[in-house]
Amino acid sequence: MKSQIKAHNPIYRGISIIILFALAIFFFFPLFWIISGSFKPAIEINSATPTLFPINFTLDNYQRLFQQPALLWLFNTVFMAVMAMALTCLTAALSGYVLAKKRFFGQAVLFSLLVSAMALPKQVILIPLLREMAFLKLHDNLWAVILPTVGWPFGVFLMKQFSETIPGEMLEAAKIDGASELRTFTSVVLPIVKPGVGALAIFTFISSWNDYFLQLIMINSTPKLTISLGIAKLQAEMSTDFGLIMAGAALASIPIITVFLIFQKYFTQGITMGAVKG
Amino acid sequence: MKKFLALLLASLMLFALVACDNQKTTAPQDDANTADADAPADAADSEQAAEPAEGEATEITLWTYPIGAWKDSATVDGFIAKFNELHPEIKVKVEYLDYQSGDDQVTAAIEAGTTPDIIMEGPERLVSNWGAKGKLVDLKDLWTEEALADISATSQAVVDACKWSDGAYYEYPLCMTTHVMAINKELFEAADAMQYIDEESRTWTTENFEKALKALDEHGVENKLIVYCGGQGGDQGHRALAANLYGAKFANPEHTAWTMNSPEGVKGLQQLVDWDKAGLIGHDAGIVASDELQLFANGTVAMSICWNASNEANYASQVTFTPYPVAFPTDQEKPELAGGIWGFGVFNNGDEAKIAAAKKFISFVADDPAQGPESVRATGFFPVRNSFGNVYAGTEDEERMSVYSTFMPYIGDYYNVTPGWAEQRTAWWNMLQKIFSGEDVQSAADTYVQEATVE
Amino acid sequence: MLPKAALKRSRALRRRETITAYLFLLPSLFFFLAFVIVPMGIALVTSFFNHTMESFEFVGLANYKELFSDPVFLRSLKNTALIVLVAVPTVTAFSLWVASAIYELAAGLRSFFRIIFYLPVVTGTVAVTVVWKWMFNQYYGFFNYGLKSLGLIEKNISWLGDERYAIWCIILILFTTSIGQPIVLYVAALGNVDKSLIEAAEVDGANRRQVFWKIKWPSIMPTTLYILVITTINSFQCFALIQLLTSGGPNNSTSTVMYYIYYQVFRLYRYGYANAMGIILAIIIALFSALQFKLTKSGKAA
Repeated sequence: MKSQIKAHNPIYRGISIIILFALAIFFFFPLFWIISGSFKPAIEINSATPTLFPINFTLDNYQRLFQQPALLWLFNTVFMAVMAMALTCLTAALSGYVLAKKRFFGQAVLFSLLVSAMALPKQVILIPLLREMAFLKLHDNLWAVILPTVGWPFGVFLMKQFSETIPGEMLEAAKIDGASELRTFTSVVLPIVKPGVGALAIFTFISSWNDYFLQLIMINSTPKLTISLGIAKLQAEMSTDFGLIMAGAALASIPIITVFLIFQKYFTQGITMGAVKG
Repeated sequence: MKKFLALLLASLMLFALVACDNQKTTAPQDDANTADADAPADAADSEQAAEPAEGEATEITLWTYPIGAWKDSATVDGFIAKFNELHPEIKVKVEYLDYQSGDDQVTAAIEAGTTPDIIMEGPERLVSNWGAKGKLVDLKDLWTEEALADISATSQAVVDACKWSDGAYYEYPLCMTTHVMAINKELFEAADAMQYIDEESRTWTTENFEKALKALDEHGVENKLIVYCGGQGGDQGHRALAANLYGAKFANPEHTAWTMNSPEGVKGLQQLVDWDKAGLIGHDAGIVASDELQLFANGTVAMSICWNASNEANYASQVTFTPYPVAFPTDQEKPELAGGIWGFGVFNNGDEAKIAAAKKFISFVADDPAQGPESVRATGFFPVRNSFGNVYAGTEDEERMSVYSTFMPYIGDYYNVTPGWAEQRTAWWNMLQKIFSGEDVQSAADTYVQEATVE
Repeated sequence: MLPKAALKRSRALRRRETITAYLFLLPSLFFFLAFVIVPMGIALVTSFFNHTMESFEFVGLANYKELFSDPVFLRSLKNTALIVLVAVPTVTAFSLWVASAIYELAAGLRSFFRIIFYLPVVTGTVAVTVVWKWMFNQYYGFFNYGLKSLGLIEKNISWLGDERYAIWCIILILFTTSIGQPIVLYVAALGNVDKSLIEAAEVDGANRRQVFWKIKWPSIMPTTLYILVITTINSFQCFALIQLLTSGGPNNSTSTVMYYIYYQVFRLYRYGYANAMGIILAIIIALFSALQFKLTKSGKAA
C-alpha cells in the first residue's frame, strides 16, 4: 500500500504531497493560534467570533509575563532539560551499546527489568519518589526532576535499538587493532549511533520540558519554578488568563525549536552515512 | 544560521547555570525537611511552646490560593513589610498556588515533609481535609473570646465551619462571601424579563425564573443558562441552583450526611432535567465554571450560575454589558446561598518557634485594626469580623460591594465540612452527567449519596 | 571437546566481558536503581497496605480484590484498552507513511515536514489543550462551525461533553501529539537502509512493493519495535489530556487507568489502592510489550 502511494507514478506522488501539506496546516494550527493569541487582548481571545490574526494587536500579555521572573523560569527549564538530556544521552549510549553488542551474565534479566520498568505508570512511584527526594534533601530543587528523568529507561532502550545496527565486523576490527573498550566505544560505536543520540537528545529534552506533573510536585518556590509552573501560578480562581498562557507557551517554544533545529542535523548525517557506506 | 542558534542555546545554558547557582546560595530550604509529616498535630504540646527569644530571626513560609489580590506579590509584599515594622525578627516567604494544581502541590509537600507554615484557603481544605488528617495545629489561642464574639456577631456558620468535630479550630477566618448568579441585564431588558426579578432584594421565585427563561426563549436567546458539569470546578453554582429551586438541604444540619436525594432535592434536579429537555436551559459535560464564565462574559450565554464579587472584578475588562448579580431562584421565603469563607491554617512542622511566628503573622493580618480591613479589601470579599464594619466605605469599590452585601443575609449552612466532601464533589458532577443523559433522577441521586458517604 | 586451556580462556574472556559490560552500565544502573527501582519497590510493597495520608496498615490482597469490583476501574481499563488499540496501529502506520513520503523529498522540505509534525509535541501540553478545547467548543468552536457550514450537522455538538464523542476527541489529540517522534525515527531509519541492497534488488527486477517489504521493512524492524513499545506505553499512560480536558467524564467515558490512579492518589489520598492499580497496569503493559517483542522477532525471522 505504502509503496504504491510513493511509487514513481507522478499522480500518486502529487496526491501524497498535497495530503502532506493539508496535514501540515492542521499540525501547524495550534502553534499558530497560540502565537496569534499571545498578541490579542483578553476580550479578543475570549470573543465568540474568533479572529485569525489579532485585530487589536497588543504586547500586554508579554509585558505581564516579563513582570514576573519569566526569564529566570525559562533558564531553570532550560537548565533542567539540558542536564536531563546530557546525562541521559551519556548513560544511555554506554549501556545501550553493551546491551546490544556484548554477551554477559544477567543480560536478559536486566533488559527485561528495564522494559518492565518503563511499563509502570509514573504516578505510582511519585509518592515514594517524593519521600526519597525529601530524604536526600532534594525536594524543591531542580535535581529532583532531573534525576528520575535520567533514571527512566526509555533512553537505554532506544540506544539499544540503535546499537543493534552496528556491524560486528567493525567491532572485531577495532579489537584486532588493539583498541581498548573505551576507545572502541568513542571511535567506532559513537560515530555510528550519533543519529540515535541526536534523536534521544531531542526526545529527552522535550519530555523533561513537558513533564509538568513531576515538576509540579517536586518544585514549589518561586525562584526555582519552571516556565509552565510559573505561568500556572498566575491564574486567578475563576478566570483563566489565556493571553498569559499563550505568551508563556510561545516564549517556551523558542528553546525547544532551537534544540530541534540543532540536533536534527544528526539525522541528515545518519542518512548520508548510510549512502556512503553502501 | 545553525551556528548562530547553537551559540544562542549555549549562552542560554550558561545563563541557566549561573541562575541556578545563585538560587542555590540564596534559598536554602533544608529546614522544613526535618519535620515529620506523619506526626499527629498535638495541640497540647504547642500550647507549652516557648516564645522565641526577642530578636532571634525566624523564617516562615506562607502559601496562598488565588483569593482576590492575595495572588499578587505586590499586594502581599506590602502586607509583609508592614508586619515587619512590628516584628522585624520574623521573615515571611510567600508562594502562590493556583486552583488547578494547588491541591496536588500541597499533597506533595505533605508527603515530602516540606509543607509551608501558613496556608490560606477555606474550611473544606483546612478543616475537613488537612485539619481532620492531623496536619494542622489547633488555633484556639487565636480564637480569643473577643474574636469569637466578633465573628459570631457576623455569622455563627463561620465559627462552626472553622471548627472540626474534635473541637479544634483549624482555620482562623479572614473574609467571606456568598456565591450568586449573574444575568446579562441588557439582554433581560430586551426580552422584557427584568420584571421577574425583585430588584429591591435581588431575588426571584422559581415560578418567575421559569417565566424569565420562557421570555428569553421567545426573544430568541439560544443559550440562556448552562449547567456545566465537566468537572468539579465551580460546582457551588449548580449545587445552589438545584437545592434552592424547591428548598432542599444539601446536607443535614449536624453535617453527618448528604441529603440531596430528599424529595425536594430530587424535585429540583428533575426540574433542571425538564427545563433542559424543553430547551429552556442547557447542560454541557464538556465545560466547567471558568468556561461558563467566559461564555457569559463574551455574551454567548445569558446567565452565569457561578458569580461573586471577585469574578465581577476579574471579568470587568471583558464584558460589554452590565452583569447584574441576583440570588438563586427559590420557592421558599428566602434563598439559601452557598458561602465562601477564607482564612488561615498553620501546618504542624514540629518547630514551635515557627508555629508561634505563624500565629503572630495571622493575628496581624486578620485582627489588627488597621491591617485587618486592608487584608479583607485585598480579597475583594467581606470581613468575618463584625467590628470592621463596611471596609469598602470611601473606596471606589463601595458601590459594587454594597450590591453584594445585600446577599449576605441569605448566607446558608456551610455544609462543605461534612465528611466525604472530596468524594461528594466527584459524585455530584457525575450524577449531573447521568441525569442529563436520561437516567432516573431518584436513583441517580441515591447512588450519589451512597458514593459520597464515607464510613 | 575443547582443550582445557581454551575453555579456561573463553571463561576468562566471558568474565572480562561481563566486568566491562557492567562498567559501561554502571552510570545508567545507578540512576535506574536509585530513582526508579527503589521507589518502585516501595510502591509494590505499599500496594498490600491500606496506605493513606493518615494510616498505614497491612491488608494483604484487599486492594487487589477491591479493584476488580470497582466499576470505575473496570470502565477505565476498557477505555484504556480502546485508546491503545486505536492509537498504536494508527500512529505507527501513519508515521511510517509520512516518513516514507517525506524521506524522498529534498532535504529542506524534509526538515520542514519533520518539524511541522513535531510541533504539537513542542508546544507543550497545557497550551495545546487550550487550543483544542477552543476547537471543540460547543458554542462557537471550529468543528461545529465547520460542520454546520458544510451542512453536516444541524445542532451544535458538545464534543467533549458527549459520551459518544469524548474519547474519540481524546484519541485524536493523543494522535497529533504522538506521531512526531515516530516520524523522526522512521525518517532516520529509512535513511540508514543499505542502498546497495535496494539497488541489487532493483537490478533483479523487484518492484517497489517488494523492495519495501523484502528489504526496507526488515531493516527498520528495530525501529518499528521501539515505536510500537513506546507508543503502547504512552497510550496506556495517557493522563494529562484527560486531566485538563474532561476529568474522566462524561459518565467516566474518558477515565483511563492512569487518570483513575491520579484521582485516587491526589483526590482521595488512597496511595495503597492506587499502587495496586498501577501494578496491575504495569503487568498488563509488560505482557503487551512482551507480545510485541515476540511478534516483531518472528516477523524479522520470516
